[in-house]
Amino acid sequence: MSDAAIRRLQEAADAPDLSGTKYELVTALAQGGMGTVYRVRDRELGREVALKVIRLPEASPDIATRMLREARTLARLEHPGIVPIHDVGRLSDGRVFYAMKLVRGSPLDALPPGTLAERLRIVERICEAVAFAHAHGVIHRDLKPQNVMVGPFGEVLVMDWGVAKLVGDASTLGAGDGDDTDTDALAAHAAGPTTGHGVVLGTPGYMAPEQAAGDPALVDTRADVYALGAILRDVSHTASAEPDGKARRDLPGRPLEAIIRKAMATDPRDRYGDVTTLARDVAAFRAGAPVSAYRENLFERARRFTFRYSTPILLILAYLVMRITLLAVRGR
Amino acid sequence: MSAGPRAAVHPPSPVVASFPATRHSVVAGIASTDPHVRRVAFDTLISAYWRPVYKYVRIKWRADRDDAADLTQEFFARAFEKDTLARFDPARARFRTYLRVCLDGFVANEHKAARRMKRGGGVSFVSLDFAAAETELVGLHPSPSGNGASVPGADDDAFFRQEWVRALFADAVAALRDSCAAVGKHTHFAVFERYDLQDDARIRPTYAQLGAALGIPATQVTNYLAFTRRELRRLLLERLRALCATDEEFRLEARDLLGVDPG
Repeated sequence: MSDAAIRRLQEAADAPDLSGTKYELVTALAQGGMGTVYRVRDRELGREVALKVIRLPEASPDIATRMLREARTLARLEHPGIVPIHDVGRLSDGRVFYAMKLVRGSPLDALPPGTLAERLRIVERICEAVAFAHAHGVIHRDLKPQNVMVGPFGEVLVMDWGVAKLVGDASTLGAGDGDDTDTDALAAHAAGPTTGHGVVLGTPGYMAPEQAAGDPALVDTRADVYALGAILRDVSHTASAEPDGKARRDLPGRPLEAIIRKAMATDPRDRYGDVTTLARDVAAFRAGAPVSAYRENLFERARRFTFRYSTPILLILAYLVMRITLLAVRGR
Repeated sequence: MSAGPRAAVHPPSPVVASFPATRHSVVAGIASTDPHVRRVAFDTLISAYWRPVYKYVRIKWRADRDDAADLTQEFFARAFEKDTLARFDPARARFRTYLRVCLDGFVANEHKAARRMKRGGGVSFVSLDFAAAETELVGLHPSPSGNGASVPGADDDAFFRQEWVRALFADAVAALRDSCAAVGKHTHFAVFERYDLQDDARIRPTYAQLGAALGIPATQVTNYLAFTRRELRRLLLERLRALCATDEEFRLEARDLLGVDPG
């Protein structure tokens, strides 16, 4: 029996019972804290989708109900940057599942080398999706490069909302009696271990200090701002040189560092107030415009201006040189 | 010395039959004061471990086929006589790791001449088909020279674990085949065999193709697969439970192996 056969059987032994559904199991795609994601074929629609099966077969009905409520809430987040949920239900073995769009592409941390500008555009797209979720009362709480998929045509999708926190109106969607505590209990089940006095959800390195403290009441949308700052940090460190071979130091680096610093401030009050403002700064930096997180001195402003408008400046200089040369020739 | 099958006290029954139907641990059984319980537990243990032990001795200790076969038999004979494995302390390691460490110590200390004199030790076990194990080993890890097997750079513990997992799954699949045949569910196993035992996704049939080939609707393929997968999982967990010393070790192994919490 080959190693591949063993892996296949390991998948089979843990496979969800799809009898009575319209889905045919193709293969396991990934395993996370919340459950396992399978590639399945939808027999009725003749297409492949991703089926996330919650690994809580022995969970109480209460927990399963909360999971279904969360799925319904996320299903309302219809945005091109958020993976759409097609179906939700319970398998005959008792496991709760979601059927989602099958996302093809690579996680952000596994992308082939790209330019800083390309990566910053991806961060902007992530920010757009997260800002949309925030506007609908959903805080992701586990943003990291592994949870961002980039498709072959540049589409960006934020994945894995399994530990999301629902606030405001969102927390009452579906069953009508949900609250933050319910959501956190649900997420805690998904995440596993707890530490200290509360539940710690998220990923070290991307988790805001108040989130790491384990008190869900302290966590608001600024925790996602922190995680986005961490993603921006990773992106700025891993992006390759510009296509013309010039190193990134040709660009003004301090403003980008300032954006990251502000997004990742220890005190939430020192961070961007919302994701949209962060996205605006990232876009401004990418366009060579001033950013709100950094006050430039005169030299830096001149340098940025020169960099941003290098082409027209060069054209004007060329024109002036030509004119001076013509005048000089005529004067002889 | 031949590396072929050795004489056996017990009839060469299928390995599956030797696993206890209960969830009692054979690791506890080998420390029993009841000779019959101890013997049955030991046979079960050997059934599960002799192939990984043989392959490990071949690869890690670079023993030739005959020496590896001899060392495998003698290791278990010596362990039975001296109660080595019964001294396992679950607080210190997993049983599989303990067994491998004992094996390393045994092989390192074994003197070739003395070993030949003591070969067999007067104790015989269930039938061990070393020739089949050798064929599998060479098939999986052919040496670049085309002569024998080699696994360059293999991590000892990982290699031993992988061979143990291979033996465990092979036994569970054999048990599934037998149990399906025993209750007339031949089509169930045929579906499982053609779909889940087909590790090459490029040639794996769709449910519709499989249903057409076996004369059943595609929805029935789903049901049959659900049944056989459930059975496979039960058989694997049953074996795993028998081979673990404690509930905690069982849970850890189940999580590592199948990604499940057996509860």
